[in-house]
Parts: sequence; structure tokens; C-alpha cells
Amino acid sequence: MKKIVVLAKQVPDTANVTVDAMKSDGTVNRAALPAIFNPEDLNALEMALSIKDKLGADVIVITMGPPKAVEILKHSLYMGADRIMLITDRKFAAADTLATSYVLAETIKRIGNVDLVLAGRQAIDGDTAQVGPQVADKIAFNQITYVSALKEITDDYLVVERDGDVQTEVMKTGYPVLLTVTTEANTHRYPNCRKMLQFFRADLKDNFNETDRLLAAENGWIIPTYTLEDLELDEDRCGLKGSPTRVHKIKSIMLKGGDLKMYGTDATDIKHLVRDIMKDYVEVN
Amino acid sequence: MKSVVFIEKNPIDNLLRNVSLELTHKAYLLSHPLGGEVVGIFTGDALPQNSDELFKYGMNRLLYYTDERLANLHSIAYKNILESMIRSEEPEIVLFGATHTGRDVAPLIASSLKTGMTADCTQLYIDEFKDKGKILYQMRPAFGGNILATIITPDPRPMMATVREGVMLLPDEHLNNPVITEAYPIDFNEHWIKSEFLKIVPKIKKVDFNSANIIVSGGAGVGSAENFRLIRELAHALGGEVGASRAAVDFGFVEKDHQVGQTGSVVRPKLYIACGISGQIQHRAGMEESQKIIAINKDPDAPIFNIAHMGIVGDLNEIIPVMLRYLKEEN
Ligand SMILES: Cc1cc2nc3c(=O)[nH]c(=O)nc-3n(C[C@H](O)[C@H](O)[C@H](O)COP(=O)(O)OP(=O)(O)OC[C@H]3O[C@@H](n4cnc5c(N)ncnc54)[C@H](O)[C@@H]3O)c2cc1C
Ligand SMILES: Nc1ncnc2c1ncn2[C@@H]1O[C@H](COP(=O)(O)O)[C@@H](O)[C@H]1O
Repeated sequence: MKKIVVLAKQVPDTANVTVDAMKSDGTVNRAALPAIFNPEDLNALEMALSIKDKLGADVIVITMGPPKAVEILKHSLYMGADRIMLITDRKFAAADTLATSYVLAETIKRIGNVDLVLAGRQAIDGDTAQVGPQVADKIAFNQITYVSALKEITDDYLVVERDGDVQTEVMKTGYPVLLTVTTEANTHRYPNCRKMLQFFRADLKDNFNETDRLLAAENGWIIPTYTLEDLELDEDRCGLKGSPTRVHKIKSIMLKGGDLKMYGTDATDIKHLVRDIMKDYVEVN
Repeated sequence: MKSVVFIEKNPIDNLLRNVSLELTHKAYLLSHPLGGEVVGIFTGDALPQNSDELFKYGMNRLLYYTDERLANLHSIAYKNILESMIRSEEPEIVLFGATHTGRDVAPLIASSLKTGMTADCTQLYIDEFKDKGKILYQMRPAFGGNILATIITPDPRPMMATVREGVMLLPDEHLNNPVITEAYPIDFNEHWIKSEFLKIVPKIKKVDFNSANIIVSGGAGVGSAENFRLIRELAHALGGEVGASRAAVDFGFVEKDHQVGQTGSVVRPKLYIACGISGQIQHRAGMEESQKIIAINKDPDAPIFNIAHMGIVGDLNEIIPVMLRYLKEEN
């Protein structure tokens, strides 16, 4: 049986940015953006669950983020994850990819005996696609990025299709390995009703009062959280302190506007437009 | 300020990828004024056939390690080899193309060097920063393209960045730097090869945006795959290439290869004709550097008009046939 870790991130829904998502000073108003499960991380989770269906596996979903990120962990339970871990600490704030990958890699080392790590190709808030490979480097795993299909899986090896930019590659590799998964890889399943009933009350320990806590623990409703101290991490490598990059300046994108020449829609106007195009851009030979 | 540039070839035709030339030139613009060298690093089965071209764009030296086992991307082997080259050169700046190879290997190296890396930069320049002296300023879109962030790495060196193909311009003038290639010694370890390539299928590239002076693009407003014929005909009549918005691709009007934008190609033709495209930020990210933009859209408030130089408000299904008629007459 395989031990599979899925890296998942809660992200602002950048596809549906509305006007009030930008503050007047040009910074992003995160509060105005709905938070969602990073789309390609759902494909990574689906891949883990499909492997579990086939070979049997222990699927552990981990996320580093604020307490609010429990939402995606609960969603992972509804989809069929076996274990979830919320890695959360104020000292993790403002982490860039180097600091994030340090925390995630150390967590994976603590879990121990992991065969396969699955990450999304990239997170839609930063689009960096760096965290997956940087975790692979820190845990000294082989990696395959841009995985667009899982073709075969056995206890000893897996075969995947990698979507390179000039060619598609079918690759075979043994364990341990980290894969970053694209949206093409699969169609993820929906939450399972039975699991939703089982876990809808799942929450952070502090959100249960004394009397409920015992019951919550018995039912597996307490979402395990880990802090910097719990994981015995090096504070200098976490959060802002551990991040070599700095955001120097941010500006919101404004439209330029300017010299726009309009043409009407009747035949002579269109004729003028065509003349203008021909004159300046089409080489007659 | 010394720069190292990752040099990549297309394994199918064995020629340099454009992004390697673009980044060599960018590195030259960054390093040369400050008296720094530009050093290329390459690994693979054999040097690109036309690697001498690099020296016309400002390369000073090209380090390479070739081995036929490295024909394909073995991440760990590539990482170990390239990292060793970077460590030996001690550059301040390291640039990788944001290709599916660059984005695979560069983060491994940044992690190992414990330094900062900024992905998909659209502008790079050097300026003073506090007591750190001159550093690299890296601009990139973030938040789905809704903001433009300037990222810096004040401390550890090197400062690493990736840039997508087509983002940096190539100069018209060529330099004549002497061609200097150096075989780099590596103690190659079998264990660096961890995957086996069972099959390789070249992607047939049907779209050539690089050499097109004119691109005619269609969006959701085109309405159907059938109507998209108009876009093809207009492109054909003008001797141009066919582009598309993601919406047009998602609706199945045209294949994904044609997509322009943040998740498609970055294009910079002399003339870009946007038909039935609203001009969302992610689309503009791929085309707003075009020299001239014509917008045809029935909504006068479509954001595309804010960046267009010429425009017609109206139904493209009526306008394009008239254009095609006059084009025939003009020819
Ligand atoms: C992470 C991310 C990445 C993305 N990457 C890309 C990308 O690379 N490229 C890209 O293009 N998009 C991308 N998008 C999608 C982008 O946000 C827009 O959804 C898309 O560009 C809209 O395409 P459109 O302008 O064709 O469609 P719409 O926004 O629906 O606009 C259609 C336009 O056609 C006009 N119209 C309708 N009928 C007619 C007619 N008969 N005649 C004339 N005009 C007509 C309408 O007035 C409207 O302005 C991305 C989105 C996200 C979240
Ligand atoms: N804070 C995080 N917690 C868990 N996984 C993460 C986190 N940040 C990034 N990842 C994983 O790394 C992938 C790439 O993220 P990025 O480098 O930010 O584009 C994501 O799709 C996730 O799988």
C-alpha cells in the first residue's frame, strides 16, 4: 500500500476578480475574493484517490495556510482523503516559494516513508509553478512536472504522460517521486454524500467547546494542526524571514487609452479601413 | 554584473529555442553596461546546431556538457549539471526561459542554492536598492494578471528569473562576439538518471506567430466554429496568422495552438486585428505590445477599445465579408 501526500493550497479565485477586489491604493483586497481549492490541486487529489481505488493507499492532504484553509481540507475529506494536516503559524506569513517548500518538505519528512507526492502544476494566485519542484529538491525525490495523464501504476513503478512544450513524453519511473499535475490529467470527483455527513462538523480544536470536544475527537472531527514548534522548524527559514524575494512594488493594471481612430460600418468606411491596412501592413509584390 | 543564461534547444529540429536568443540579448543589455560577462550554460545530447548565433546577441562564453543519455529532460541530472556550472561561474543574475523545461529545472536549482526566483517576468532592469548597490528589478503579472508586481531579491545571490518566449525583444543589429565554447567537466553519476522515456510524440506546431506580421484573432463574439471561417479567410487574405481568445478555444471554434494570452502565446505583430474579443486582462497580456491594434466589436464599451488604435463598432459577421470583398478588389 502506498503512502501518498497531496499538496493543496487555498487560493483567491482570480478568475472572478470583481471591481471591489482592488483597493484604491492598487493593492488586492483579499477579503473581497472568494477563496477556492486551487484547481490543479483538485486534479492532484483526484489522481491520489484513483490510485487508492486501484492499489489501496493512504492519502494525506497537507496545506500550509491560515486557519480558514480548513475549508479545502474538509473538502478533501469529503472527496475521500484519509488524513489531513493544516500547517499553520503566524510565523509562516508572507512566505515565498523557498520558505513554503521548506515547511512542506519538513512536514513530509516528519510523515515518513512517503512513496508519492502529488502537487498541482501551479497555484492560480501566483502562477509560479515553483513549490512542487522545490519540495522535490528538499526531500531528494525524483520529479516529473506537467503530468497530463497517469497511464499505468503498480506497486513498483508508474507511467505518466508529460506535456512538454515541443513534445509529449511518456515516462516510466520508480518510487519515490513527486509529480506536478495539470488540469488535463483527469476530471475530479465530487464530494461523497456519506463522507459529507460524516465530516461536516469537522473543525479546528479551538472551535469546539469543552463538552463537545470529546465527542468531536471520537468522531475524527478535529482537524489536526501543526505549528512551527510542533514541527521543530528553523524559524529563520520560515515566512518572511526565510523568503529571499521581496515584493518591492505593486500596481494594478490600468488600461492605457489614447489615440483611437474609429471607422463607421458603412461600405465606404470599411473600404477606408481596408485601404489603411493595405497601405501600411501588406507588402504587395 | 555577470549573467548566466540557460540555453535550450528544440529536441525535434536540434536548433536553439528563440527564448534562448532573447534572454542572451536581455542578459547582454543588463550586464554589458556594468562590465559583466554573459555566460551560457547548456546540457543535452549535443550542442544546438546553430549555437554560434548566440554570440551575435551578446554571449561571451558557452559552457556545455553533452552526453547522449541527456537527450531528454532528466530533471535531476540536468539540475546537478547546471547547478555545478552556475556555482563555478558565481553570477549575480541567472535567467531561464519559462518553457516546460526551464520551469522544471530552474526551481530545483533555486531551492538548492537557497536563493530567490521570480517566474514569468515581463520586464527586467537594474537599479540601486538601498545599501545593496545595483540589483535586478523583476516585474511580473500576478493575481491572474490583475496586478503587476515588482519583485527583488536583495540578499542572496544569484538573483534568478524565468521569462516566457516572445516577451523580450530581439535587436535588429548583430554583434560579432568571438565564438567561445567550453566543454565543462562533470563527474557524471548514473543515479542521476531516474526515469525512462518510453515514447516521445512531437507536437506538430500548426501556428507560427513569430514570423507573422499580421495576426487576425477571433473571440467568443465570433459565435460558432462555422463563423470562425471568416477569421481564417481574413487572415489568409492579409497573409497573416490566425489567433484566438481562450473563450474561442474553450467553445471549440479553433484549436488551442492558436490561443493568445497569459496561458497562450505572447505575440507582437505589426498589426493585430481582434474580432469579437472583449479584451480581458489575460488576453491583453499576450497581445498589447502589438505595434497596431484594430478592434472589431459590437460593444462600444468593450475594454479592447482602450488599447486599440483603430476600431469599428459593429457586427463582425457583417463587417468582415465587406472587408474581404474590398481586399479582393485591392489585390
Ligand atoms: C488564469 C487565467 C488565464 C487565462 N488565460 C487566457 C489567455 O491566455 N488568453 C485569453 O484570451 N483568455 C485567457 N483567459 C480568459 C479571459 O479572462 C477571458 O475570459 C477571455 O479572454 C474572453 O474571451 P473573449 O474576449 O473572446 O470573450 P468575451 O469576454 O465573452 O467577449 C466576447 C466579445 O465579443 C463581442 N461580440 C459578440 N458578438 C459579436 C459580434 N457579432 N460582432 C462583434 N463583436 C461581438 C462582445 O461584445 C464581447 O466584447 C484566462 C483566464 C484565467 C482566469
Ligand atoms: N501553502 C501551500 N500549501 C500546500 N501546497 C502548496 C502551497 N503552496 C503551493 N503548494 C503546492 O504547490 C503547487 C504550485 O504552487 P505555486 O508554486 O505557488 O504555483 C500548488 O499547486 C500546490 O500543490
